[in-house]
Amino acid sequence: MTKREAQPLRTGLHFMNGNEACAEGAIAAGCRFVAGYPITPSTEVVEHLARRFPRIGGMFIQMEDEIASSICFQGAVWAGHKAMTVTSGPGLSLMMEHIGFAAMTETPSVFINVQRAGPSTGLPTAAAQGDIMQVRWGSHGDYAIIALCPSSPQECFDLTIEAFNLAERYRCPTFLMMDETVGHMMGKVRIPDAADLTVEPRRNTTRAPGDYQPYATYDGSDVPEMTRAGDGHAIHVTGLTHNEKGYPDMSFAVHDALVRRLQRKVHTHTSELFRLEADGLDDADVVVVAFGITAGIAAYAVTQARALGRRVGLLRLITLWPFDEARIRTLTANARAVIVAEMNLGQVCLQVSRAVQGRIPVHHIGNPGGPVIEPEEILAAIEGAAT
Amino acid sequence: MTHQRQNPIETWLRSDRMPHIWCPGCGIGTSLNCFVRAVERAAIPKDNLFVVSGIGCTGRVAGYIDVDSFHTTHGRAIPFATGLSLARPDAKVVVYSGDGDLAAIGGNHLMHAARRNVDMTVVCVNNLTYGMTGGQLTPTTPRTAVASTTPYGNYEHPFNLPQLADSCGANFVARWTVFHVRQLTRTLTKALRTKGLSFVEIISPCPTLYQRRNRLGDGTQTLEYYRDHSVVRHGANTAEVDIDFQGEITVGEFVTRERPSLRECYEARMREVLQDDFAPFGVRP
Repeated sequence: MTKREAQPLRTGLHFMNGNEACAEGAIAAGCRFVAGYPITPSTEVVEHLARRFPRIGGMFIQMEDEIASSICFQGAVWAGHKAMTVTSGPGLSLMMEHIGFAAMTETPSVFINVQRAGPSTGLPTAAAQGDIMQVRWGSHGDYAIIALCPSSPQECFDLTIEAFNLAERYRCPTFLMMDETVGHMMGKVRIPDAADLTVEPRRNTTRAPGDYQPYATYDGSDVPEMTRAGDGHAIHVTGLTHNEKGYPDMSFAVHDALVRRLQRKVHTHTSELFRLEADGLDDADVVVVAFGITAGIAAYAVTQARALGRRVGLLRLITLWPFDEARIRTLTANARAVIVAEMNLGQVCLQVSRAVQGRIPVHHIGNPGGPVIEPEEILAAIEGAAT
Repeated sequence: MTHQRQNPIETWLRSDRMPHIWCPGCGIGTSLNCFVRAVERAAIPKDNLFVVSGIGCTGRVAGYIDVDSFHTTHGRAIPFATGLSLARPDAKVVVYSGDGDLAAIGGNHLMHAARRNVDMTVVCVNNLTYGMTGGQLTPTTPRTAVASTTPYGNYEHPFNLPQLADSCGANFVARWTVFHVRQLTRTLTKALRTKGLSFVEIISPCPTLYQRRNRLGDGTQTLEYYRDHSVVRHGANTAEVDIDFQGEITVGEFVTRERPSLRECYEARMREVLQDDFAPFGVRP
């Protein structure tokens, strides 16, 4: 077989789809273990890794369901590896329990979610962007997550690496919110040299056994130092409310401090985590907000509207969570209206509405998944809002 | 006359977490005592033993044993342990949980782990009920036994766990009660030395709920029942080891086989197909 397949990093120019780019991004990020269960439209990610991993010291295991997948990979994480799971809507629904477990145990966890139209089995082969609120709020209780949303195969590669980096840095569930169209979209993907990649390594504590508490925070950070099984710390990791030692502690004060820290460790970094691309906002009367597959369509509609003399700008969201409401408020301060285009019936629209606080109207253009939004629909909304 | 003041297994316990939550007469502590002695006999170094539990009374074992330990979600100890075991082939991974956790909510994972023959020891403390939540029916509660959710007596057919583990392909299957501490310790030592999946069921009293609600006496009386009604049948056909209400309990080492483990199957197949291109997973990062 070709030597190419034995290379962990396939530096060079490629023509591949978003799902394959995501798989290559995971390899580039140092991921070597994936547990998953087949589900359309995400399956190419694990199929690709099932071929690639045995040649580069990784392993894919097809588990009996998504519940098992979403905790199996966390076992490998606590053994010191970077690991992830891959799914789509119905599988994501089954994973809620272990999103909460990853949040509570502060396990660096990456969940790839290639969105399809729901609810329930819905339209298995059709795109949607309807899981935005589910990844943020789906598991019970309060916690924080990070979610990134790629718009192209190149971004599937880049943002998978970024998702691993953020999972390591913040030790929280981190999501790559692809969709069926981006996952199956073929495009140019440039894989850089290793020297040009930013990969955050696992940083295990250097403290000696006895001087280390797995859930204590040191040096002003809200993120505890990681360790792995077998390093002599005899750690205890539990989904129960726990103290700094990791031991169950049912006192309300410990619970309050722990859960607030789980949110704070991410949300105090919202402004640096919230990535977006702003185009033509300086003189914009109307701002279009879009992300994922819808962003490219919105960009086309905005270009057409500008050719018609409309003063309209585009905000392409790259980070969906944490959501920086203040930033959206600032960026829309001079606008007269906002249009949110998304393949759901109003999820990011709710966040944008909260951000603008009723100052200007927020219009929603969308569908519950199925066909991608047509540029004409967005153009018509721009015309309506601008007049 | 000298007195041994220290608990002989104390170095394996998180003493700062004592007292434990288990009731007087409960058998989980006895099972843990036997387990730790087996670990010592099997000469497993402390840093090489990882214990994974689910939820419930037995699930608390992970919190009391002083090794790297993981108290996971309800029923999911086995899939977590699967990832841990594949990633650390040099370590001994033990799943230690109860009948409700492993056979009801986690039943699917038990079947598939036995089918794959994952390198792990599964210790199932079977007290025939859900202790932590107040004594409800589990898949192992014998017929006619009263539980809080079967106030008129259980009418469902229960699981025979040794048969389940055997039929799915586990390499080692055994059952003892907490009365049989010496036999249990020997069997656990064997289980820890087994490649692939070993399954040890430990029948244990829940005097607070199961025994009380069924008017079966206290912990001591239950041990007497185990003594008088257990029959040792090594190599017994696991299809014939069902437990009826207050009936005979067949105990012993039922199954010993040498089916290759998941890791062995994976590596053998990859070497066959990929030859020198195969790079195994699980070397420490």
